[in-house]
Amino acid sequence: MTLPESAEALPIKNLARLENFGHSLRSSAYLFAPQDASELARAFELADARNLSIGLRGAGRSYGDAALNSGQLVLDLQAMNRIQAWDPKSGVISVEPGVTIAQLWKHVLGDGWWPPVVPGTMFPTLGGCLAANIHGKNNWLAGTLGEHVKSFEALLPNGELVVCSPEKNKELFYAMIGSMGLLGIFTSITLQMKQIHSGDLSVSAWASGSFEGMLDGIDGSKTADYVVGWIDCIGLLGHAGRGQIHRADYLKMGEDPDPSQSLRIDHQELPDRFLKLLPKAWLPLLFRPATNNLGTALTNTAKYWHNRTLVHNKTHLQSLVAFNFLLDYVPNWEQAYLPGGLIQYQSFLPKATAGDGFRELIALCKRRGLPSYLGVLKRHRPDPFLLSHAVDGFSLALDFQVNDRRRGDLERLINELDEIVLQAGGRYYFAKDSTLNAAKVQRFLGDETVQKLRKFKAQTDPEQLLQTDLYRRCFVN
Amino acid sequence: MAPVENMQLPPETPLNRRPRAVIVGASSGIGAALARRLAQEGMSLALLARREAALEDLCAEINQQAGETRALAYPHDVTQSESIPPLFERLLADLGGIDLFVYCAGFQYSPAIDEYDFAQDRQTLEVNLLAAVAWLGLVANLFQRMRHGSIVGITSLAGDRGRVANPPYSSSKAGLDAYLESLRNRLTRHGVHVLTVKPGFVDTEILKNAASKTFGVISPTRAADGIWMALRKKHQLVYLPWWWRLIMLAIRFTPSFIFRRLSF
Repeated sequence: MTLPESAEALPIKNLARLENFGHSLRSSAYLFAPQDASELARAFELADARNLSIGLRGAGRSYGDAALNSGQLVLDLQAMNRIQAWDPKSGVISVEPGVTIAQLWKHVLGDGWWPPVVPGTMFPTLGGCLAANIHGKNNWLAGTLGEHVKSFEALLPNGELVVCSPEKNKELFYAMIGSMGLLGIFTSITLQMKQIHSGDLSVSAWASGSFEGMLDGIDGSKTADYVVGWIDCIGLLGHAGRGQIHRADYLKMGEDPDPSQSLRIDHQELPDRFLKLLPKAWLPLLFRPATNNLGTALTNTAKYWHNRTLVHNKTHLQSLVAFNFLLDYVPNWEQAYLPGGLIQYQSFLPKATAGDGFRELIALCKRRGLPSYLGVLKRHRPDPFLLSHAVDGFSLALDFQVNDRRRGDLERLINELDEIVLQAGGRYYFAKDSTLNAAKVQRFLGDETVQKLRKFKAQTDPEQLLQTDLYRRCFVN
Repeated sequence: MAPVENMQLPPETPLNRRPRAVIVGASSGIGAALARRLAQEGMSLALLARREAALEDLCAEINQQAGETRALAYPHDVTQSESIPPLFERLLADLGGIDLFVYCAGFQYSPAIDEYDFAQDRQTLEVNLLAAVAWLGLVANLFQRMRHGSIVGITSLAGDRGRVANPPYSSSKAGLDAYLESLRNRLTRHGVHVLTVKPGFVDTEILKNAASKTFGVISPTRAADGIWMALRKKHQLVYLPWWWRLIMLAIRFTPSFIFRRLSF
């Protein structure tokens, strides 16, 4: 990449159309793709000279507007994707921010290691994952990704190059992880991998006919390495809230007779055809006509009864990739929601209020005729990061289809849901959110946290060079 | 160059779309009426014009009416073409994108039947055609990349024939007509809408300068309503009011041996 001279208007040829992962926003930006860290300082100079801000973008996998900076500069960091150091003895790896989760697991798996925390898809970059401080289906036991960072190096907009770890520059360490790329750019991330003795997990699944059963089942599986619940939020004939729980455990040493086989990358590959027949690339198109209330009600019912009968209380081995990256089973699944796209509404409620709170959310969505087409329930624990989304409790993620017909109704519904969540002491997750405003963010984070963030921002980025649509929506207005 | 009132526009969310419009030539007449209309529809606006005071008054009026910031003012002289690319960059950043671009800056003087004033002719061509080309080139480029957007160009009945009355005005508007048609043919395949507007007699300052007799005069507000309707229906060409289409059809088919003997 050659950055243009700062004396002239930015070149039109760099204007690009960018979208959020949910395809519910359309955004224009001057897009530049730095090849290495040396170009980042020049980008800050350029932004300063043009009186514009810079948004950071990795793989563009945030559901909301975290990687959009509409009408201004966006740095696509995907080309900075070198693995800088890997020690198969200690399991410590150093990577540039553009390295993806896929690159990471493929690099370490053969040596008997696995990323300690992964999201439901392998396509995001580590820079993005750390900025959002992502969690996985093992949040209760393993915490967030940030808890496995040994140190990182970052370029701050004020020109400083800092190294942070839980010991060194501790405050900035806990502020930068999770602050959505608004304080600085990670240039190198050093992570501790998790040692494994097999490329497979022991997975058991069972269905539950009620939401209480779902909460109890998940809470009762806190010793599991991974646990996650699928919720049928439509539940024909008054069965909303039923679902299926998956728990999974790493195999202990000796349980896998031939780990060298299961630790191979080709053992982990996802099948590229659905039911060995249909090319998966067709699926989003085929789903599109059924992406509506009736279609989803029928699909959910069929899925629930399949879970309840054929696979109920069964235990089987599943590869790490197949279990963890469920969202990658159908590539581009989110396109089934086109043309309006989708928003995901994920709220985190303390254990004491989760049962009533989430039941109320699900019931209200149904009452308003806008049921969520997907519900995912997880168990969480608090973490020490400044903008933490987690609580000692549960999260429920809901997917809503957006289109011109239902946009206004959906906005009213989301406002009602927000009130329930905030009343119940709930929190939100910036990797998913696209609808909060600054007042609501202040309510869930608390004044003190927002003040602290402002203080860090003033320190690391006095000229406000790092901005995104999310920043202006959640922290400025 | 920077917005006069540096206020923050409300953020857009997937559930609360805030389409953004730029109007060049917004301080009076059709531009100002259209600005009021688009603000009523909930759009965020960047308003450009030479007269700073009029522009600021309009923004203040719109923002007060809406109870929030909907319009930003940018004083701009379209004949300063070197200022257009940086201003485009500024607008894009301040609005957070552009969904609709309206060019309605216009200049008209009324030459006597035997008058040829190059300074005034040049001004006519610069404001009505050259600056439009400078702006629209940038906007077309953006919209093509976004596979989205609407362009509105205000031309004139005067562009349909070269009349006795005003050679520079007729030619500037005919040129803009052809330029807009070219853009339409280039951009429709990319999902971009281009609307050519041909107003008849609208009660604006330009009309006061016009020498010819007027009839069927409509208010700028009515013209703005017509433009908004045509935008929503994705029309390519609209005459305001509609019956001018019939009159202009007759005029366009009038043979030259008759037309060169007419005096309008």
